[in-house]
Amino acid sequence: MSPDDVVEEVKKSGLRGRGGAGFPTGMKWSFLAKPEGVPRHLIVNADESEPGTFKDRYLMEHIPHLLIEGIIVASYALGSNTSFIYIRGEYAWIVDILEQAIQEARNNGFLGKNILNSGFDCDIHVQRGAGAYICGEETALLESLEGKRGNPRIKPPFPAVKGAWDRPTVVNNVESISAVVPIINLGGEEYAKIGVGKSTGTKLISACGNINKPGVYEIDMTISVEEFIYSDEYCGGIPNGKRLKACIPGGSSVPILPANLLLKTAKGEQRMMNYESLSDGGFQTGSMMGSGGFIVFDEDQCIVKHTYTLARFYRHESCGQCSPCREGTGWMEKLLWRLENGQGKMSDIDLLWEIQSKIEGNTICPLGDAAAWPVAAAIRHFRDEFEWHVTHAEEAQVRNFGLAHYADPIQPIPA
Amino acid sequence: MADEIKKEAPQKFKVTIDNISIEVDPGTTILQAARMIGGDVTPPAMCYYTPLQGSGGKCRTCLVEVSKGSEKDPRPMPKLVASCRTTVMDGMEVKNITSDRVLNARAGVVEFLLLNHPLDCPICDQAGECHLQDLSYEHGKAGTRYEFKKRTFKPHNLGPYIQLHMTRCILCYRCVFTADQVTNKRQHGVLDRGDHAQIATYIEKSLDNDFIGNVIDVCPVGALTDKTFRFKNRVWFTKPVDAHRNCDKCCGKVTLWRRGDEVLRVTARKDQWGEIQSYDGKTGWICNECRFEKKNVSDWVIEGPTAVPRHSVIGVNHYQRLEQPKETIPAVIGRQPKLLMDIHEVSDVNQPGVDLSKIPGPATGAVFNQKHLGNGKKEQE
Repeated sequence: MSPDDVVEEVKKSGLRGRGGAGFPTGMKWSFLAKPEGVPRHLIVNADESEPGTFKDRYLMEHIPHLLIEGIIVASYALGSNTSFIYIRGEYAWIVDILEQAIQEARNNGFLGKNILNSGFDCDIHVQRGAGAYICGEETALLESLEGKRGNPRIKPPFPAVKGAWDRPTVVNNVESISAVVPIINLGGEEYAKIGVGKSTGTKLISACGNINKPGVYEIDMTISVEEFIYSDEYCGGIPNGKRLKACIPGGSSVPILPANLLLKTAKGEQRMMNYESLSDGGFQTGSMMGSGGFIVFDEDQCIVKHTYTLARFYRHESCGQCSPCREGTGWMEKLLWRLENGQGKMSDIDLLWEIQSKIEGNTICPLGDAAAWPVAAAIRHFRDEFEWHVTHAEEAQVRNFGLAHYADPIQPIPA
Repeated sequence: MADEIKKEAPQKFKVTIDNISIEVDPGTTILQAARMIGGDVTPPAMCYYTPLQGSGGKCRTCLVEVSKGSEKDPRPMPKLVASCRTTVMDGMEVKNITSDRVLNARAGVVEFLLLNHPLDCPICDQAGECHLQDLSYEHGKAGTRYEFKKRTFKPHNLGPYIQLHMTRCILCYRCVFTADQVTNKRQHGVLDRGDHAQIATYIEKSLDNDFIGNVIDVCPVGALTDKTFRFKNRVWFTKPVDAHRNCDKCCGKVTLWRRGDEVLRVTARKDQWGEIQSYDGKTGWICNECRFEKKNVSDWVIEGPTAVPRHSVIGVNHYQRLEQPKETIPAVIGRQPKLLMDIHEVSDVNQPGVDLSKIPGPATGAVFNQKHLGNGKKEQE
């Protein structure tokens, strides 16, 4: 197979980027500029730092050779002789696993000069990040890889034209690159038969929260959300027979959905575990597949508290480069702290709504959106709970949350 | 082939900003095109600075709406874009003040910038030439909805010439770019993340490079100030004049900020956008010697008053056309007024014998103490 044939197979497979945005991987590869005499790079984004997302860790920890094989194939397709795995600093032990696997590949002639007499040279370097969520954003990752402060770059130019060291670069998630191997083994068309619609292949879901069996699951994207939560094959239902209250279906940056909208779409159809179904209806009634971090909340969970926790995270992880994100995330966190601790005012809820609307879409990178969407969705779907924190200040101050204090969010879907 | 390319007339791109069309060279940014048109259609910019490579895109004050991408691809851009970093395409249509989305977003950005920036204009040395002051006047609101304590920082001494007021910093990165691109060694940068990020020198180093004084000129707010000028005067009381000297380090072309015969401050010459002007194709950065050491009029060849086209309080000094007011007192009382009291006989402040530009720090009471001066009334007693 020529490099172009590999790209073509990946295109045929319909593989969508597994890092969160879901952009078609083959198309991304075909955008790579190929100027004469300029090296190109493949960079694997292993900076998995989204709260609730821990799927790449599983892949690297247990089947690192799959990733390395994927990198070799992808590097061949892209013409990258030097490829990198940029891994989050906290995954310290995985670095050793990867290094060992790379060395094994090198010893067996799968890496290095003239791989299997193909005339293709490739080597892989593992680069540890220093532990910043923002370095998972592809341009911030490039800055960090180059040894600079991990601030996102302004796009355009896109990495495919001007990436690492100003060379054409493709940045792909660990799971995306690992999927390249079955795509080449099966053939793009055969791989595309797995799944449904534009959600082809299998997807790793890292499930956590109030479920009986938290863990990483590989799913065929034809199953329903209800089946995923309640079947014994997957999450095994909610502990102690409690009711489902809400779920963040794709990692902490995507909008939270109340139970009624999680199990069924606004049209009354069953919500499926795939890109299209989860985003059905936009953010008003839907959410996103995101990175597959599936966080389940039972009826005892306080949405205000969890929204505050997320806001605190995004405030801490904002790089501080652009003003709406730097200042807005801090302001939201302070307001949510006040509401959560029973010191808020009714006007704080509207103020929160307005702040998130001023952040969303106005920042250099998607971290601003990631900070704004959870707050917007929480207010949109659980406004009564925010109001409860204002009207029941004393109970909120002693953390007497939950247990049917709020209006029941598990309403039947209107006909 | 190369000759054929040379013969081709340079292609111009037509761009329409707020219904005003202009033809510009390819590669021009929306902001630059808007500045060519001038007036209200020009978006404000706090972090963008033309002579600094890579600046811009951070403050988000220059966000505009692209309602038509180009002739070839007329689709509007879904998000607002930073006009300082977005280049024009042929047939592009841009909305700035004609877009409610833009005005709404800009009001938000101003509010965010003012969350932690102290409103200490009455004591800030940048008052009168502060871009954030202008921005908040034009796009901000009278009140604030922020009810929390503002972020503050401990004072950080940056050496003999420059004072850092980190509390006022809006993290535009201009000074970092300047130190990176103008000096041969950068000793300061941004530490930490998010709203606790700060400009600092990591381990209390001083900034003493020959050209480091330029960070004062590029700072859009009062975060980096000139220690030789601090608290000496308000800028609107000083008169800017263009001057030059032969300097073997820099272009030597400066603006002197004078009070009478004193030179209170020396800065590089700036254009109407507050950016350093260029001479002979080079940016007119000035050296520390010109900026901090040459405070005598005799050090300089005065060229004439500085034109201040920028909409600011400095513009009140229209002294080029100064007309002496007609003396009304002699006309009314029929004689010259008598001097009843010389203020310098009763007050120590602003003694003519004190040359403000020569004292090393701010003018405090001790500076005007006549006993200290040795030539005042108290000493005579």
